[in-house]
Amino acid sequence: MLADKDRIFTNLYGLQDPGLEAAKKRGQWDNTKAILAMGPEAIVDIMKRSGLRGRGGAGFPTGLKWSFMPKEVKERPHYLVVNADESEPGTCKDRDIMRHDPHTLVEGCLVASFAMRANACYIYVRGEFIREREALQRAVDEAYAAKLIGKNNIHGWDFDLYVHHGAGAYICGEETALLESLEGKKGQPRLKPPFPANVGLYGCPTTVNNVESIAVAPTIIRRGADWFAAIGRPNNTGTKVFSISGHVNKPCNVEEEMGIPLRELIDKHCGGVRGGWDNLLAVIPGGASVPLIPKNICDDILMDFDSLKAQQTGLGTAAVIVMDKSTDVVKAIQRLSYFYKHESCGQCTPCREGTGWMWRVLTRMVKGNSTSAEIDLLQEVSKEIEGHTICALGDAAAWPVQGLIRHFRPEIERRIAEFNKVAAE
Amino acid sequence: MATRKLIVDGREVDAEETLTLLQACEQAGAEIPRFCFHERLSVAGNCRMCLVEWVGAPKPQASCALQVKDIFPNKDGTPARINTTSPYARKAREGVMEFLLINHPLDCPICDQGGECDLQDQAMGYGRAAFHRFNENKRAVEDKYMGPLVKTIMTRCIQCTRCVRFATEVAGVPDLGATGRGEDMEITTYLEKAFESELSGNVVDLCPVGALTSKPYAFNARPWELRKTESIDVMDAQGCNIRVDTRGPQVMRVLPRLNEDVNEEWISDKARHACDGLSRQRLDRPYIRVGGKLKPASWAEAFAAIAAKVKSTTPDKMAAIVGDLAAAEEIKALKDLMGGLRVKNIDCRQDGAKLSGKRQTYLFNSGIAGVEAADAILLVGANPRWDAPVLNARIRKAWLASPLKVANIGPVVDLTYPVEQLGADITTLEAIANGSHAFAKTLKDAKRPMIILGSGAITRADGAAVMALAAKIARDSGMIGPAGSHADGGWNGFNILHTAASRVAALDLGFVPGQGGRDVAGIVDGAQKGEIDFIYLLGADEFDVAHLGRAFIVYQGSHGDAGAHHADVILPGAAYTEKAGTYVNFEGRVQQASRAAFPPGEAKEDWAILRALSDVLGARLPYDDRAALLKALVGDVTHFSDVGTAPLHADTSAATWESIGTSGPLDARTPVGHAIADYYLTNAVARASETMAACSREFVTSSKMAAE
Amino acid sequence: MSLRRLAPPDVQPASFAFNSDNAKWAEATIAKYPAGRQASAVIPLLWRGQEQEGWVTHPMIESIARMLGMPFIRVLEVATFYTMFNLEPVGDHLVQVCTTTPCWLRGSDAVVEACKKHIHPHQKTVSADGKLSWMEVECLGACANAPMLQIGSDYYEDLTGPATEQMIADLRAGKPVKPGPINGRRSSEPEGGALTLTEKSLYDGSIVGKHKPVPPPPPPESKKPGAA
Repeated sequence: MLADKDRIFTNLYGLQDPGLEAAKKRGQWDNTKAILAMGPEAIVDIMKRSGLRGRGGAGFPTGLKWSFMPKEVKERPHYLVVNADESEPGTCKDRDIMRHDPHTLVEGCLVASFAMRANACYIYVRGEFIREREALQRAVDEAYAAKLIGKNNIHGWDFDLYVHHGAGAYICGEETALLESLEGKKGQPRLKPPFPANVGLYGCPTTVNNVESIAVAPTIIRRGADWFAAIGRPNNTGTKVFSISGHVNKPCNVEEEMGIPLRELIDKHCGGVRGGWDNLLAVIPGGASVPLIPKNICDDILMDFDSLKAQQTGLGTAAVIVMDKSTDVVKAIQRLSYFYKHESCGQCTPCREGTGWMWRVLTRMVKGNSTSAEIDLLQEVSKEIEGHTICALGDAAAWPVQGLIRHFRPEIERRIAEFNKVAAE
Repeated sequence: MATRKLIVDGREVDAEETLTLLQACEQAGAEIPRFCFHERLSVAGNCRMCLVEWVGAPKPQASCALQVKDIFPNKDGTPARINTTSPYARKAREGVMEFLLINHPLDCPICDQGGECDLQDQAMGYGRAAFHRFNENKRAVEDKYMGPLVKTIMTRCIQCTRCVRFATEVAGVPDLGATGRGEDMEITTYLEKAFESELSGNVVDLCPVGALTSKPYAFNARPWELRKTESIDVMDAQGCNIRVDTRGPQVMRVLPRLNEDVNEEWISDKARHACDGLSRQRLDRPYIRVGGKLKPASWAEAFAAIAAKVKSTTPDKMAAIVGDLAAAEEIKALKDLMGGLRVKNIDCRQDGAKLSGKRQTYLFNSGIAGVEAADAILLVGANPRWDAPVLNARIRKAWLASPLKVANIGPVVDLTYPVEQLGADITTLEAIANGSHAFAKTLKDAKRPMIILGSGAITRADGAAVMALAAKIARDSGMIGPAGSHADGGWNGFNILHTAASRVAALDLGFVPGQGGRDVAGIVDGAQKGEIDFIYLLGADEFDVAHLGRAFIVYQGSHGDAGAHHADVILPGAAYTEKAGTYVNFEGRVQQASRAAFPPGEAKEDWAILRALSDVLGARLPYDDRAALLKALVGDVTHFSDVGTAPLHADTSAATWESIGTSGPLDARTPVGHAIADYYLTNAVARASETMAACSREFVTSSKMAAE
Repeated sequence: MSLRRLAPPDVQPASFAFNSDNAKWAEATIAKYPAGRQASAVIPLLWRGQEQEGWVTHPMIESIARMLGMPFIRVLEVATFYTMFNLEPVGDHLVQVCTTTPCWLRGSDAVVEACKKHIHPHQKTVSADGKLSWMEVECLGACANAPMLQIGSDYYEDLTGPATEQMIADLRAGKPVKPGPINGRRSSEPEGGALTLTEKSLYDGSIVGKHKPVPPPPPPESKKPGAA
């Protein structure tokens, strides 16, 4: 188990004061000037060597992403945009960072913006997080008042930080949809290329990072890339805030070492699976959009990018949704299917048409009102969506369905047989 | 131009880096299906129909959204391989096609798009083998009101957003949008108000399915039963290239034809939808006024009546006026006839425009495509949105692509791009001419400045002085020269924006008063005073025909409009779709219209009527067929042989540009106005059109009432 | 998601204007974005309008469009795309119940039942007394405290059916209801008390100055060929 001294978010639960003075006592804003004094190149280098992979779901190396920004500011200003549109079902980690440890994020915004030569940063908070937005704004105001940020601040890098918000659209968690939304439009993802580092917010070079990716940066730089890289496993380094929900005795958020065994995570932090480990049916290990894994895989799986990928699923946002044997697993996935249909932006054909199709078929399958051939059809439809859309929402909608068929086809078949038997009688 | 090597379906090609992969594949001979992609609209990449395989890429690529410059070669340096017909690419597209079809209704048998539907065609070419496996209910979408021209059947919509992009980008009237999201996304106008653009009909052409169809044409015909004739539009002076679709004697619809230099692929709503006026209010036999009432007559009787009148009067008491829709053939014939009768009172400028003389002084010299090269424009008495809607879209296009500055002397109108409003005081033009107005510097600093004089400027009583000032501005701000097309570095920024399709040809042919002759105002005045007692109107309806005193009026034309109502003899002519005719647009571009249908009843081609009449009047015209007439036409004015091209403003001589207009005092008390009061009702054909009447009620009358 | 259209004309108010505080706030909000990019403020302004009026009205859309120099249709697109904008009047308290899988696994059905029973059998329908309406919403991002619901700005977490019924009764009676978990948790720590972050030295200030940022070693200089 990760030691408390190696945890970055030391006020994750809000048991301490989120205000600036208390945050400073917890080590935030500790000699930030020295970090900036190293210069942008050194900061990016440390981030690269720390092995930090983006905490928003895709796991793209954060330092590498920062290095894509132009090395010089020309006529177009640079922007950092923080993705706080935390909407992936199962995920509630950024919420705690913003409401309880907001200064980790505010400081991170300054450091990251400096590293990417941005003088302005927008934090896009999902619309429903109203209290979180207020808490974050308080921290921003405190930082301005203390001249930690703003024009002529004590760090010598003019920096404006704005809290922006959405109004109910999962798709705005997709980075280019977020930029569209921030520009005052519908959140419809953009075509890539061009990538945001070239043409982003207002057509300017922009980097979009998850809250957690930015908020961990100052601590990584303060404690050194080697410290962070020594936690976890190669290519899957550092600490990570896990959200565990569903059928565990004590659902919670907890910052843990990357690569912690799933069973240890659930047993040590969550009081175990409801009814004991053997009552486990399946786990969705990385938020709604990754395929579920049945108990036999859960037994010894490690919670990191590469281990989960090897089992045809993913770490995603590290949101662990636990389902015990009482779960109607078809219904659980059907409900996610409804979620994707509801959240499809409607822009491109496969997602707009396919998410509704999958949901409707699954809705019948919950009752067994289907045929075996339709399971193959469902699989094919999911494959016709996957990889054919503008953004990854299509993939995200397809994968849970594919996971269900991969691991629970017999259960669907059983229902179909039962339904048809009753119908025949 | 930088190129990049690609291997498309096994063939190595050099593709320009600025192209999209879709275009590069097409140049390589591959056929790529698409719905959302359109060359003249921004790239949306949303239909996903154009997916191709980029060997090595993790997923199929939307070829419309990928630029060639973004396609990097393989690691070993060999060119990237693109497959458009591989099983991988085919399967991806079959999936997309299936998604497009699952919620598309099976109403093709009653769909007006049938036979020219992209979805139908591409489903045949790129769909899966025919069996359906969608066992759910299909989506139904409520239809939306978009105005009198665009009919909607929104269940058919595939959400390609071409219409939304057209409205926002080309028309510049952001009335259309896609509301909601996901499978409930709906294309609509704002709260179902009419789409208030003079170019609205183009969305029907753009719609790849039957969601947006032509309301006036609904259920009227199938594309395969129509005869298609390539022709030229006469609803304004731009000479937009059109295709006239007829069934038997009836024009069923008018569609645009591609001409990059003139109209790209757009036409105005009037060009497209005034065609129902071609079968209403038609003059289909000769008439003679007897006892105050028009009575049907034979051609011989009508000609005899005219001959009797001509015999009883003298040339100085005779006059002829050419209307706005006349083709060069009949203008030439009428001019020759009047010449034969030694009549000097002839005019083609019903609106009183102060134009004549050297050709380049009355042309739109920059050329339509040249607008895209301009960086500053001064509008004087011009409302391009109504005078020539497709030209206005070009100005908007130029503004979108470059930092174009536009200023306007005249009433404030929304031209769909930002305009610096300089007020309607004509003396502002003087201030610009003498350099005291700030916009003078803008024009001077501009590399390719333009001045556009509309009818509101050149028809003023002080029009000659306005012309002189405009010419001074043109000379002083470097609008004239060097010679040659703008592509070759030439420039001429002096432009007259005509609204009458006949005007430039008539001016080219010199259909203006001879030495001592009367212009239109003089003819009207003379008629009222009894000094003119015979007037020949060739489709002239747009001047004060109601007050011609006791003069004997011959009206030759196609429609029972103002001129015919006051005529003593009516000679039924052909409308623009019923004759082969030569038109010269405001650029000076000679274009040939073709006959798509025959004139109704006893009506005849106009030059032939004049030729027959000339015989009766004893002043026989020396051409027996159109070929001979055309030869004579070219004999008069050599450029009539240069069909299709616009002149390259070769004339940069100081003499020409100093001779324009006549310096004189300006009438400061009369504000600069616009010539067109109601865009939808500018000529006899449009006024006979029920569709145009509906548009006028929807867009002009109601907004006037709202303003009052 | 169902069709999102503006409420019918007969329920639309005649006009909309921000009150003076909100108007000042709107001005400051627009100033957060670069010149010419004021459209960025459209979501915050619509949201503030909804907070003021309870829902997004037809005149509000046009008023905000004018403030931001946007075509009406663009603002309508935004208002209909984002599901937090209520396009019809709602009850004094709009109870938004999360029913996505993590909440459903922990009993959101019982929460929905409580709403059906005590507010209205149908969602998005104002209760007879006009005080409450409820609706199902998608994941609100508080999954470690499932099931949960949102009323106004606050989350109510770790709910049960009976707890929801009590909450509805209290709201109806005008009694205050306490936001957050109802079962004694502070936030997302495990029920019964945090098992981590218990180390006192994290909070006593002793960490300050302990970690000094060290610049990375300079990259090894590439040797010129033949220099050695």
